[in-house]
Amino acid sequence: MLYFPRWQVFGILAVVLIGFLSVVPNFLSKSTLASWPSFLPRSQIVLGLDLQGGAYLLYEVDRNEYIQKRLRDLTADVRRTLLDNPRIGYTGLGVQGQTVQLRIRDLSQLADAKSRLDKLRNPLNAGLLSAGSVYEFDLTVGDDGLVRFSYSAAGLTQRLKQIVQQSIQVIDRRINDLGTTEPSIQQSGDGRILVEAPGLGDPQRLKDLIGQTAQLEFHMVDDEISADQAKQTPPKPGITRFPDQTNANVIYEVDEGALMTGEDLADAQTAFDQQTNEPVVNFRLTGGGAQKFGQVTTKNVGRPFAIVLDNVVISAPVIRQPILGGSGQISGNFTVESANNLAILLRAGSLPAKLTIVEERTVGASLGADSIRAGIAASIVATVFIAVFMIVCYGLLGAFADLALIANNFLMIGILSALGATLTLPGIAGIVLTMGMAVDANVLIYERMREEAHAGRSTIAALDTGFRRAFATIIDAHLTALIAAIALFELGSGPIRGFAVTLAIGIISTLFTAYLVTRLIVSGWVRWARPKVVPL
Amino acid sequence: MKFPIRIVPDGTNLPFMKWAKVRTPISLVLILLSFVLFFTVGVNEGIDFKGGTSVEVHSVNGPADMAKLRATVDGLGLGDVQIQNIGTENDVLIRVATQPGGEEAQQAVVSKVRAALGGGAYEFRSVDVVGPRVSGELARTGTLAVLFTIAGIMIYIWFRFEWQFGIAAVATLVHDAILTVGFFALTQIDFNLTSLAAILTIIGYSLNDTVVIFDRIREILRRYKQMPVVDVIDLATNQSLARTIMTSLTLELALLALFFFGGPVVRSFTAAMIWGIFVATASSIFIGGPILIYFNIRARPEKDNKLAKSDADKAGTTAGA
Repeated sequence: MLYFPRWQVFGILAVVLIGFLSVVPNFLSKSTLASWPSFLPRSQIVLGLDLQGGAYLLYEVDRNEYIQKRLRDLTADVRRTLLDNPRIGYTGLGVQGQTVQLRIRDLSQLADAKSRLDKLRNPLNAGLLSAGSVYEFDLTVGDDGLVRFSYSAAGLTQRLKQIVQQSIQVIDRRINDLGTTEPSIQQSGDGRILVEAPGLGDPQRLKDLIGQTAQLEFHMVDDEISADQAKQTPPKPGITRFPDQTNANVIYEVDEGALMTGEDLADAQTAFDQQTNEPVVNFRLTGGGAQKFGQVTTKNVGRPFAIVLDNVVISAPVIRQPILGGSGQISGNFTVESANNLAILLRAGSLPAKLTIVEERTVGASLGADSIRAGIAASIVATVFIAVFMIVCYGLLGAFADLALIANNFLMIGILSALGATLTLPGIAGIVLTMGMAVDANVLIYERMREEAHAGRSTIAALDTGFRRAFATIIDAHLTALIAAIALFELGSGPIRGFAVTLAIGIISTLFTAYLVTRLIVSGWVRWARPKVVPL
Repeated sequence: MKFPIRIVPDGTNLPFMKWAKVRTPISLVLILLSFVLFFTVGVNEGIDFKGGTSVEVHSVNGPADMAKLRATVDGLGLGDVQIQNIGTENDVLIRVATQPGGEEAQQAVVSKVRAALGGGAYEFRSVDVVGPRVSGELARTGTLAVLFTIAGIMIYIWFRFEWQFGIAAVATLVHDAILTVGFFALTQIDFNLTSLAAILTIIGYSLNDTVVIFDRIREILRRYKQMPVVDVIDLATNQSLARTIMTSLTLELALLALFFFGGPVVRSFTAAMIWGIFVATASSIFIGGPILIYFNIRARPEKDNKLAKSDADKAGTTAGA
């Protein structure tokens, strides 16, 4: 066990050397690294949000709201479909819980109604490979004329996937416009999106930008009523009501169909109104949008139209002259920042569904810096404690174990750097704990050597058997720790995952350093010093 | 004193098996106490599992005025609010319970607190909001992770040793986990995801300790076929004692360094670990090995019979051929 072929010696030394080299980039600036020769390692450890400060925001698609919105859309579609020529009479059309219900009056038209309504079930593209199509709605038609659409479970799963994908793109566009930080946006489980923004102490602006659906619509205004009036009378069919942004008492009654939506916008920019000097948002329409808008404004000169953002009327200007150029202006008590936000939102497009924050974790930069300092201090103190303890208990062999321990520290940080892994504060705790575990293998070996020496073996044989006999136990001890590390990884988000990762890396690196590196040192020492007794 | 120092003197031979009369009641009382504490006082569930908002602020100009801070935050009408110093006099932790009204209501808390304490006197060190849905999930995945670990460990031990060892190992680590939960109930340290991480690590470590002793038991069983099982267990425990204690001490040294120098964020985690490693060490010595006496580990009829049978078969075929 104490004999190493030359290639093994080189192999072990090479691994240790690569470990050392992989640590180096962490102490260099980005610009120095850029001029670094390409064969040398250059990746650095990524600091977790808890160490560098930043915001972790977990969003969830608001399923209920989305379903309700889709059911309302469906209701309008059902009405249009049945009123088409030849007209099919119905009663009681409306949303009831998670379903849309109606009753066909004339049962002889039931078959026709069924075939027409069947088209509204909305087949979803379930991906190239899946056979059969998934429908968004399930349709049941009773013999008594009762028709019921319900939101299908398979459809919802499918839709959530699409919503998350679209939302990630929209959020990405919105945040890119912010320009300051580089947040990561990714899917996280079913219908969830995780946004991580390093270095952001107060994520309010980020939340404002993501939290808004930013569904922009232009509607012709039919009437303007007070909130009290709105409570007393239900809206006429085909009319929708939206409240005013600033004055809660003003309710606009508008035509249900939108003249234009955010999709017709080509661009939006913040500007200042030339007369009032207030911040406004200038927009430009796409070719098709400009044409539509031109026609509508030509027909409706003198009438007001409402600019509706997420079901709230921002402003309701009167059309003074036909707008043919395809550009316009939105004003509405903006501050510079809110105008800027709106411009960003309009440029990036609307979210397909409302997103709510279900978990938020923000760490200020100062706490992060404190944590880094504390982590480094704890690591150094732990190294010194353990190193001294090992020398006190095992003398020279303890010192060998310390060399292996230091090699292990470098190797761990080297592996973390090379993998570009994220280091969190619990991760640092993992490194410190690993130091305790790292010498465990040495302890097992040394205790075994003592026993073998006491049992009367020669010095060399005792050293050799110590390594040999302890091996199985070391493997057992490490594998059990690995099981716990895997469970921790499964359990954790962010910081705790960092702990699991360092623990797992530590388990593997200590196996290498404690077993191979120590053995190599001991073997060299035996050849050089030719010890007469086991110094334990 | 001779150098190097021996923490466990050579030739230590403690009669661990004889101490059952003392050991078993102590263990049972501690377990009972943990259960009583858990079901009466309960653990101080943090926002990870209970949901809610936790805000850490740092007073920029000298020590924080706690009375004023309490009045300000109470004035926001957020229901159950806890305010306490953490670490230094300048640092204050504000905890607000889950608000009625779903996920968005929790977000309103952050805006309100930020608005009330804004203006430069306080620096926001950290803000954590866990909505009702996520806290439920975290509790569920946490429980699953612990069960998954225990199952994984059982399977591993079962492969590596015999089933008796598996049961003994699991009994030991369940014992350690219960006492650690009891520790959380006693100290009222925040019980959150990190605490669960601590428990999982302790389980892993407890097992590590136990397995090393088991390895030794098996080795001695094989070497000394005639030695009574009681003596085997005693001998194995004594032979592993130096290692068990040494490794625990190095781990505890590392943990002490973390406790005193690692900052307030990891302090509760470290405290639990310090206790857990202590319990795990004690239980691997006093419970893991000794519990094996209740199983017949010497006779392994199935395997031995099978081996003997196949040998006999072989012999038979050879003879026949």
